[in-house]
Amino acid sequence: MSFDSTYREDDRKLVGTRPVRPDGVDKVTGRARYGADFNMPGQLVGRILRSPHAHARIVSINTAAAEAVKGVKAVLTAADLPDLTDGNQETYAILDNCMARAKAMYDGHAVAAVAAIDEASARKALKLIEIEYEVLPHVVDVDAATRLDAPVLNESIFTSGVEPAPEKPSNVAARSEFGHGDVDAGFAQADIIIERNYKTEQTHQGYIEPHACVANCNSDGTADLWVCTQGHFVFRQNCADLLGLDVSKLRVTSSEIGGGFGGKTHVWAEPVALALSRKAGRPVKLVMSREEVFRASGPTSATSIDVKIGARKDGKITAAQATLRYSNGPYPGPWAELGAMTSFACYDLENVRTIGFEVLVNRPKVAAYRAPSAPMAAFAVESAVDELAQEVGMDAVALRIMNAASEGSKSSYGPVYGPIGIGPTLEAAQTHPHLSAPLGKNQGRGMACGFWFNFGGQTCTDLNISADGTVTLAVGTVDVGGSRASLSLIAAEELGIPYEDIKAVVADTATLGYNDMTDGSRGTFSTSMATISAARNAKKTLCERAALSWDIPVEDVYWEDGHAKASGPKYGNLQPVSIKEIAAEAGNTGGPIAGHSELVADGAGVSFATHICDVEVDPETGATSVIRYTVIQDAGKAVHPAYVEGQYQGGAAQGIGWALNEEYVYGADGRLQNPGFLDYRIPVCSDLPMIDTQILEIPNPNHPYGVRGVGETSIVPPLAAVANAVSNAVGVRMSHVPVSPPRILAALNDKA
Amino acid sequence: MVEVTLWGGLVPLADNQKTIAVEATTIRELLRKLEEKYPGLREPIKNQVAVAVDGVIYRNDWSQAIPDGAEVLLMRRLAGG
Repeated sequence: MSFDSTYREDDRKLVGTRPVRPDGVDKVTGRARYGADFNMPGQLVGRILRSPHAHARIVSINTAAAEAVKGVKAVLTAADLPDLTDGNQETYAILDNCMARAKAMYDGHAVAAVAAIDEASARKALKLIEIEYEVLPHVVDVDAATRLDAPVLNESIFTSGVEPAPEKPSNVAARSEFGHGDVDAGFAQADIIIERNYKTEQTHQGYIEPHACVANCNSDGTADLWVCTQGHFVFRQNCADLLGLDVSKLRVTSSEIGGGFGGKTHVWAEPVALALSRKAGRPVKLVMSREEVFRASGPTSATSIDVKIGARKDGKITAAQATLRYSNGPYPGPWAELGAMTSFACYDLENVRTIGFEVLVNRPKVAAYRAPSAPMAAFAVESAVDELAQEVGMDAVALRIMNAASEGSKSSYGPVYGPIGIGPTLEAAQTHPHLSAPLGKNQGRGMACGFWFNFGGQTCTDLNISADGTVTLAVGTVDVGGSRASLSLIAAEELGIPYEDIKAVVADTATLGYNDMTDGSRGTFSTSMATISAARNAKKTLCERAALSWDIPVEDVYWEDGHAKASGPKYGNLQPVSIKEIAAEAGNTGGPIAGHSELVADGAGVSFATHICDVEVDPETGATSVIRYTVIQDAGKAVHPAYVEGQYQGGAAQGIGWALNEEYVYGADGRLQNPGFLDYRIPVCSDLPMIDTQILEIPNPNHPYGVRGVGETSIVPPLAAVANAVSNAVGVRMSHVPVSPPRILAALNDKA
Repeated sequence: MVEVTLWGGLVPLADNQKTIAVEATTIRELLRKLEEKYPGLREPIKNQVAVAVDGVIYRNDWSQAIPDGAEVLLMRRLAGG
C-alpha cells in the first residue's frame, strides 16, 4: 500500500463538527429512493412460495396450473437455478437457501417463485403450485439439536475440528477452540468459582426496510439490479456466481437503505429476482413482506453457553472457561467461533479456554447481526463476572479494572494487544455521575463491557473537481449510518473548502472499482482513508496546474486553505489561487481535475465499550423499564460526533430490545409463531430513556486522522448490562435473555 | 525468522504443527513460503485467512512488513455486521 495511513496530530477545522447531513432533506421529505421505490417499464411482480414445514423432503413440484394463470410470465423452481458452485460449500449454502433443492430446511424456506403482471395474478399462481412434501422430524432448539437422538439435518456433515474425525454425521458442524495457559491449574488457585449456563434467544436485526430489489436480465448476457444492500459489489459477485453471469456485465445500484445491521450483507431474494427476469424476459420487482423478512432472512443465533470463572479472594481472576453452542440455521457458519474468540477479550487472563460448537437447526440461515456473535458471549461472561464481583464483595467496575486487558496482554483469541481502550472506558465509567446516582424502590443498576474486532478492507473512491470548484465524491461503501456526511467533512477538511461544496454519492458497480461491504464497522474508517488519499492526489494535480499557470516549478507550490500558494520570497508577488480559479482554467491546463484512490484499509484496531444501565422492575407484572442508560466508547476520532452518538445509541437500543423482549418463538410444529412487529417486540422511542453517550478519543495509530470504526461494539454490552441490572433489582440471577415479564415472574415465584 | 502460529483448523493441514518458523519479511512472503511448504494450506490462504502482526489484524494488505521478533498469527477471516 503506497498511501501512508500513519496518524498525524493536526488542528482540524471541520472534522469534529456537526453539520446537517446531505441526505437529510430527501429522507424527511420522502424523496429518498429506497429498495421498493424504483420501477422499470414493463416490470413484473415477483413473489416467493415458502415451505410451511420446518423440515421436509420435496418429493415433487407441479407448476403447470400456476403457469396457466393469465398474466403469469414465469414460474421458477430450483431446477431453474442450476448448481454452478463448483464444490464451494459456502456458495452452495447461499444457493440452497435462495431456493430449496432437495429439502425444505425451515419454516419459510423458499421452494418456488412466480413473476406475473400484477400482485393478484402472482398470488393466485402461488396457490396453484402443487408441492408434495415428505415431512421429516425437525429440531429448532440449540441444545436439543446436539443430542444423540436429534433428527440429523444433513447426513453429509461430520463435525470438523475434532480428533479423531467422527464416524457418524451430526448437527454439530464444527468445533473451534481458543485460549492459552492451563485452566485446570488456574481453577485450582481460585478461592471462588462461578459456574453457570446462560441462554440467549434468536433475534432479528429488525431493520425497518424489508428486502427489496428490481432485477433486469437482458438477452445479451448483461443485467441490472437495483437493490437495498449493505454491499452492492458483494451482491454483484454473489449473484453473478449463482447465475453464471460475467461479473462486469451485472450492474448493481444500491438504493438508500432503511437499516441493515448485518442482515443486508447476504443475498436472499435477489438471485431469485434475476432468475425470474431471465426466464420471463422482463424486469422483475421483488419486495419481501415483514413476515417473509422474519421467516426467511438473517436472524442471529440462539445460544447456550456454559461459563466458569475462578478468582482469588482479592478479585484477581485465575482461570476462565466457556463452552459456546450457537445455532446456525441449516447451514454451517462461523458463529460460535466468533463467540469463542470474543467472549473473554476484555480481560487479561493467564489461563483461558473457549470452545465453540456450530449447531445446525431447522431455523432460517443465520446472518451477521452487528458485532456478530459477540453480544451473546458477552452476556454470559459479563453476567458471570458480575456475580463474581458480588461473591468477592467488590465493586463491579473495580473488579473489571483489576482484570482488564491492556497493552501487552495476550488476548484470549491469540494476539498480544497493542494500545487498547478497555481501561479508559472503565475508568470513565468509574467517575461517571451515573454510577453514583441514587436508586429507588424496585430499581437496579448493572454494567458490562464489550469487545469487537473492526475491519478495513478493499476500498476505492473518486473525487471529481467540477468547473466551479465544487466537488463530487463518489464512494463505493453504502451509507448506512451517515457516512456521506462524515466523508464530505473529511474531503472538505483535506481540500480546505466548505463542507457545502462537497456532494458525496454512492456510485454503482459499473462506475467505481470494487469495494468491500459496509460491515465490520468499516464504512467511515476505510472510505475516509481512501477519501483522504484521493483528495491528496487531487491537491497534487491542483498544485501542478497552478505551477503551469504561474510558469514556476511545481516543487515551489503548496496547498493551504483551499488555495495553491507559491513558497518563498521570490514569488512574493504571486497571489494564491483558489480551487475555483484553478478548476475554471482546467480545460487549458491539462483537462479535468480528479483524485482517485484504490487501497486496502487494514489496521482498523479492536474496539471496546462500557455500558451502565438502570432499570425498574414491576414485581407484579415482571415488566421492566430502562430508566437510565450510559454508553462509553472509544471512537479514535469522532468525525461527525452526532452520528457517532447515533451509532452508540442505536446499538444500545437494539441490545436493550434483545435483552428485554425480542425472541423468535417456535411452536411444537417448528413454525415461527411471531413473524411480525406486533408479536416480536422491538423497543420504540417511548420504551427508552435518552441514551447518554460519552465519546472517548484515543487516536487510532493506523488512520491519518485517528479514526476507529464505531458501528458495532455498542450492541455488545447491553444484554449483560440490562440483565445485571434486572438481576440486581429482583435479587435473582437472570441467566436467560430476553428477561421478558414471564421469565422475571417465574424467577420471582421460584425465589418466593 | 518469523515464528507463525496457526489457528486450530489449519494445524492438520501443516503436518499437525501449531507453530512454524519461516524466513519472511512481509506477509506475502510468509504466506507464499507456507503454501510452498504445506500445499494443503493453499486453499484456506486464498480466502479464509487474516494475519495478526503484533496484535494488528491484516485481512488484505499482504505487503505489510513483518518486523524482527514480531508476534505473527494466522487467524480466520471474520465476518462483520
